[in-house]
Amino acid sequence: MRFMMLYKPGREDDVPPTAEHMAEMGAFIGKMAKAGVLLATDGLQSSAKGSRVRINKGKFTVTDGPFTETKELIAGFAIVQTKTKAEAIELAKDFLNLMGEGESEVRLMSDTPAFDASSVSHSGKSNQSPRAQTSARA
Amino acid sequence: MTASDTHRAIDAVWRIESARLIAGLTRIVRDVGLAEDLAQDALLAALERWPDSGVPDNPGAWLMATAKHRAIDTFRRAERIERKHEELGHELESERERAVPDMDEAIDDDIGDDVLRLVFMSCHPVLPREARTALTLRLLGGLTTDEIARAFLVPEPTVAQRIVRAKRTLSERKIPFEVPRGAELGARLSSVLEVIYLVFNEGYSATAGDDLVRPALCEDALRLGRIVAELAPEEPEVHGLVALMEIQASRLRARTGPSGKAILLLDQDRGRWDQILIRRGLSALERAEKLRGANGPYALQAAIVACHARARTAAETDWPRIASLYDALAAVTPSPVVELNRAVAVAMAFGPAEGLKIIDALKSERSLKGYHLLPAARADLLEKLGRFDEARAEFERAASLTRNARERELLLDRAQAQKAGNHTHKKGK
Repeated sequence: MRFMMLYKPGREDDVPPTAEHMAEMGAFIGKMAKAGVLLATDGLQSSAKGSRVRINKGKFTVTDGPFTETKELIAGFAIVQTKTKAEAIELAKDFLNLMGEGESEVRLMSDTPAFDASSVSHSGKSNQSPRAQTSARA
Repeated sequence: MTASDTHRAIDAVWRIESARLIAGLTRIVRDVGLAEDLAQDALLAALERWPDSGVPDNPGAWLMATAKHRAIDTFRRAERIERKHEELGHELESERERAVPDMDEAIDDDIGDDVLRLVFMSCHPVLPREARTALTLRLLGGLTTDEIARAFLVPEPTVAQRIVRAKRTLSERKIPFEVPRGAELGARLSSVLEVIYLVFNEGYSATAGDDLVRPALCEDALRLGRIVAELAPEEPEVHGLVALMEIQASRLRARTGPSGKAILLLDQDRGRWDQILIRRGLSALERAEKLRGANGPYALQAAIVACHARARTAAETDWPRIASLYDALAAVTPSPVVELNRAVAVAMAFGPAEGLKIIDALKSERSLKGYHLLPAARADLLEKLGRFDEARAEFERAASLTRNARERELLLDRAQAQKAGNHTHKKGK
């Protein structure tokens, strides 16, 4: 399954990240790459450099940034490949631990087929962890 | 967090951490079976405690520390308790002393190497091939026995037995926990890549069953391949294999029609080819090319699929380049299957008659006797040459040889089309 993780820091300022912070980010990205789960990632530059294009009844409006609803501003994204949403959530937590604040929205991408007969049966419906059910030592 | 949320989180942590956990424990206890047992014990402990205490900040470290404590308990009951106790006590002490971020880093490097050692161990040639696959998927892919069984359409007890025997063999033969060096590395690496590609192929073009593709298996293989590529970045063939898999996987969405029917490569809607995977594949191929050139079999196969990936339409495919890459591949890994694929490329580049010459030379090839793609390829060329009756017979023969229902369907359709005069002059797979 593929998930897009959208990071919203909850604020926007023009302070560039410190070298130490960049190093931590780099290490984290490296860790995800080493785990074979990272497909793509990038940061988004300040909304001051962006624009919004809107259509309403056939008419376009183009609004240049910066945008004021900072809570919803996306600062970066990652696309990961995991077996379950729970895994993607764990990765998001790791990332947020690094950033210290903000929200990561984890969205399932439309790569089909998402499920097939041989894929994981963890539909999330059982109350007991499937691993506890099969603590099979084989 | 509800109990089931916690269980899902624990599941997720296991998938992320289990390979590293087992690898690190194998280095300490020197036995893969015992390492897995200890890891499982730690998992059970997590299942008992985390629903109440919450998932710890560094779940991997928690599991490792717990497993090591269990290891001490285990060794207390065995003869060599004093020596091991010292070693382990030492490790635990020094870990407690390090600050959490540092511990993460330091363990990361060591454990990275340990994971690589575990990969080589579980793919050791002393084990039968199915055992290597099952053990690798189990220890490194984090798949349950049941998941592996369903992936390969084999009963679960069979897989369980394979894994048990494999661990026993590794223990009895005292297979060392190490990354092979020098001359041995090439051959051992081949074994690793072979296992990974086997898993991938089972997902890409299932040999049996009702579905043509099982994408989850391709994902498992890709993930393993990417992990090995990061652990052994100086090996061009690893990047070659990853490139091959990424690009082949990029076509998964286009390989089947809405009803699950198989679609040939040249007929596929290229808009459905996954550009993220293509980009990753081309980038991996570049890595292979930058290291000692890309002359190995996986890199060459990757270069071939890259030709398809770069062509925006089927008509733009650089067939002469593909044909020459197959020439190179035939020189490196001569085999009837490579020769067959070469024939197909030559036909596309230089005309069906040229390709047919090569295929006809393979008629008596015993190893291809049950291989459905040989009559299928021959049938296609015969159709292009207007020899429709012969083409029909060959399509029917091909259909009778495949165990995959979807492929059979496709081949029977093409056989039928010969009668109806509905000839498809397109090719590929």
